[in-house]
Amino acid sequence: MADTAAPVLAIEGLTVALPMGADRTNAVEAVSFSVGPGEIVCVVGESGSGKSVTAHSVMGLLPRELQATAGEVVLQGEDVLKATTARRRQLRGTRMAMIFQEPMTALNPVMTVGDQIAEVLEIHADLSQADRRQRVLEIMRAVQLPGPERLIGAYPHQISGGQRQRIMIAAALVLDPALLIADEPTTALDVTTQAQILKLIRELQGRRGTGVLFITHDFGVVAEIAHRVVVMQSGRVVEAGATADILRRPRSDYTRMLIASVPSLKPPPRAPKTGTVAVQTVGLSKTYRSGSFLFPGRVVRAARDVALEVRRGETVGIVGESGSGKSTVARCIARLVEPTSGAVRIGDIDVARLSERHLRAHRRHVQIVFQDPYRSLNPRRTVGASIVEGPMNFGLEAAEAKKRASRLMALVGLSPEVLDRYPHQFSGGQRQRIAIARALAMEPQLLIADEAVSALDVSVQAQVLKLLDDVRQRFDLALLFITHDLRVAAQICDRIAVMQQGLVVEQGPTAQVFAAPRHAYTRALFEAAPGRTVDFGAATTPA
Amino acid sequence: MTIEALPGELARASPAARRRGTLRALARNPSVVIGAVIVAFLALVGLLAPLLGTIDPSEINPAFRNKRPGAERTIRESDGKETAFVHRFGTDSLGRDVYSRVVYGARVSLLIGVTVAVLAVGIGLFIGLIAGYIRWADGVVMRTMDGLMAIPAILLAMGVVSLSRAGLVAVIIAIVVPDIPRVVRLVRATVLTIREEPYVEAAITVGTPTPTLLVRHVLPNTVAPLIVQGTFICASAILIEAILSFLGIGIPPETPTWGNIMAEGRPLFRVYPHNIFYPGVCLAMAVLAINMLGDGLRDTLDPRFAKRV
Repeated sequence: MADTAAPVLAIEGLTVALPMGADRTNAVEAVSFSVGPGEIVCVVGESGSGKSVTAHSVMGLLPRELQATAGEVVLQGEDVLKATTARRRQLRGTRMAMIFQEPMTALNPVMTVGDQIAEVLEIHADLSQADRRQRVLEIMRAVQLPGPERLIGAYPHQISGGQRQRIMIAAALVLDPALLIADEPTTALDVTTQAQILKLIRELQGRRGTGVLFITHDFGVVAEIAHRVVVMQSGRVVEAGATADILRRPRSDYTRMLIASVPSLKPPPRAPKTGTVAVQTVGLSKTYRSGSFLFPGRVVRAARDVALEVRRGETVGIVGESGSGKSTVARCIARLVEPTSGAVRIGDIDVARLSERHLRAHRRHVQIVFQDPYRSLNPRRTVGASIVEGPMNFGLEAAEAKKRASRLMALVGLSPEVLDRYPHQFSGGQRQRIAIARALAMEPQLLIADEAVSALDVSVQAQVLKLLDDVRQRFDLALLFITHDLRVAAQICDRIAVMQQGLVVEQGPTAQVFAAPRHAYTRALFEAAPGRTVDFGAATTPA
Repeated sequence: MTIEALPGELARASPAARRRGTLRALARNPSVVIGAVIVAFLALVGLLAPLLGTIDPSEINPAFRNKRPGAERTIRESDGKETAFVHRFGTDSLGRDVYSRVVYGARVSLLIGVTVAVLAVGIGLFIGLIAGYIRWADGVVMRTMDGLMAIPAILLAMGVVSLSRAGLVAVIIAIVVPDIPRVVRLVRATVLTIREEPYVEAAITVGTPTPTLLVRHVLPNTVAPLIVQGTFICASAILIEAILSFLGIGIPPETPTWGNIMAEGRPLFRVYPHNIFYPGVCLAMAVLAINMLGDGLRDTLDPRFAKRV
């Protein structure tokens, strides 16, 4: 790329100290790298690697407790760490701009999107109102928003997540900054929207020659967009280089481990499972209505006529984007919500229509592991108490339940001695193991994993996936695996069902669906998967 | 299978230690400390009233009416012994000792504050849990609460008192009833957010019966906001009792409460302000202290208000 030109951003030996009592002395330590004009540099790392702190120190947005103690951050020849607050404010917007992960919270909900873009012009440029409106419309066209004249007066909640992120990008680029910092800008978006946003960023920065500092945890996104990659771990740069080199020939063990942990999009061959049917749904539908009987409001058909079956020992994946109804199906099967119509057969009983009283006896057969490991365990109770709660509800003696909990802790790879600790004392991956132990304590027939690995770092994700696959084999469990991540689905599922707007649009053996998707939506999903061209994760296949 | 390294926070630990941490944080908060000291002082004054140089607060002495603070009088006891007694806060229009009345008045005022707070929080908590968790009960309960809230608290209290003979119990009921909706709304709002938490859903899927679920997983989340709300209710109950007494519909006038004493002093307020001044200062101090305590508790217990370190 533009290696010969002077870099837009040069970070030299940047060190940011953490406050006393943190688990390490520096949030980032002696970090050096540069971003050239027209270049996209991806900073990639797991949570706690210091990648966001690095980006925020460039913008001067560090929280007060964090201070850059050494090094310099040179933006077009000017050290922003030494700049005054006023000067830094001037630089933000004109020379550097930032887009954030969550476009809903980064936009002001009570201001029209047009005004929010215009605000940047108002602060930094001396333009008449008509000229401002003209510039806003221009940039909205540049980020390919449909009907800018109509959208300019819309409020953030009236437009989609992808459109919101386009507005954020428009506001960031309206003054043509030399540097764009993107902090996980597509993490909260659906995969098809993500593909569009990534394409947009690449086009815009290519045309305008903007240098981009792109923060991400996703190697698929890296493969898709980066010219150069900086890999960070615990506040230090472990490796930096051209994208192709890093992805194909990583030099450090850490990078190699990270890349190996990314699940491959190629499903391994799997023998069809022939166990007895553990759960079967027939014509399962869930309709949400707002408003009252007399004044009907919006009707959302979250699940329509869903027919699925999961056999003992089999893993069935439901994949789809947000709002596709995949979680609704899971919650109907677990009877956390009551289906509007249809049947959920577990054994020879239809649990869809059972009253709360009769339901209790059947609850043990279906267990869920939730997405967010920080919220799925009661913070006020020891993990031991959480695990034994279920079995004791069904009359198991306290001592017996404790023994079972100890056995399960060992099974999920944790020491039984930590049973009397509290959830906050464990990491995300460990909490997810505990949640799995709690589910297994009920000796269920069906285990539902609702995005159970989506909130985890990629290396931890690989371990938890392996654990799920192990317990499935060991207990001959039926595993219903809800995910938005095609890579994960490819590796763990025997069969997958693709859902869109409440409907199952395609269903079949994983290898077959991946090799020859029949439905247009499935094809669109696969095409949007970032980093398709790179073959990741030779080492992970849990099969 | 490898296990990821335990995080650094592991060293920190047990709930007992965390509780000690909360206590230490409370002790460091100036408004908690000041509020608690004043409240404790007033409570002690009320408890030890007979030992604080007081005489019978309802003893009438027609010959010694409307004396200014500092007036001296000789008391002749049944055995003929005579002692000099100083009316530190003066006497009221019936010749009763204002100092004794204010000191004894602390008993009733604080008793009403605490009782009302405990009752309102207890009843409100129960109703709020039910309204928040049981779908079909929600509409009925909350519309009833809205109805209660639509009536001004004082009017409602006057109505309740007028239904029975005025007395301590009637006054407490009259003050508790309008306070219940405030607690119910708070508890219900907390329950509505907590019931969506995955750990509550996880408890449902392991077959935890609803009452256990509420007590074990939902209730603990409401404790901190309720302690705070309780202190505010306590302060407002003391005020409302004073208002009711002042209006002459509260506690019978022979029982001293700060409100009663002020009501007594009202007609001659311009000539003998001491009758209103002393109980007024006590009332203001008590309400201020309890509110400070509540503010401080909220700052420490509610993480949303916690100052950043």
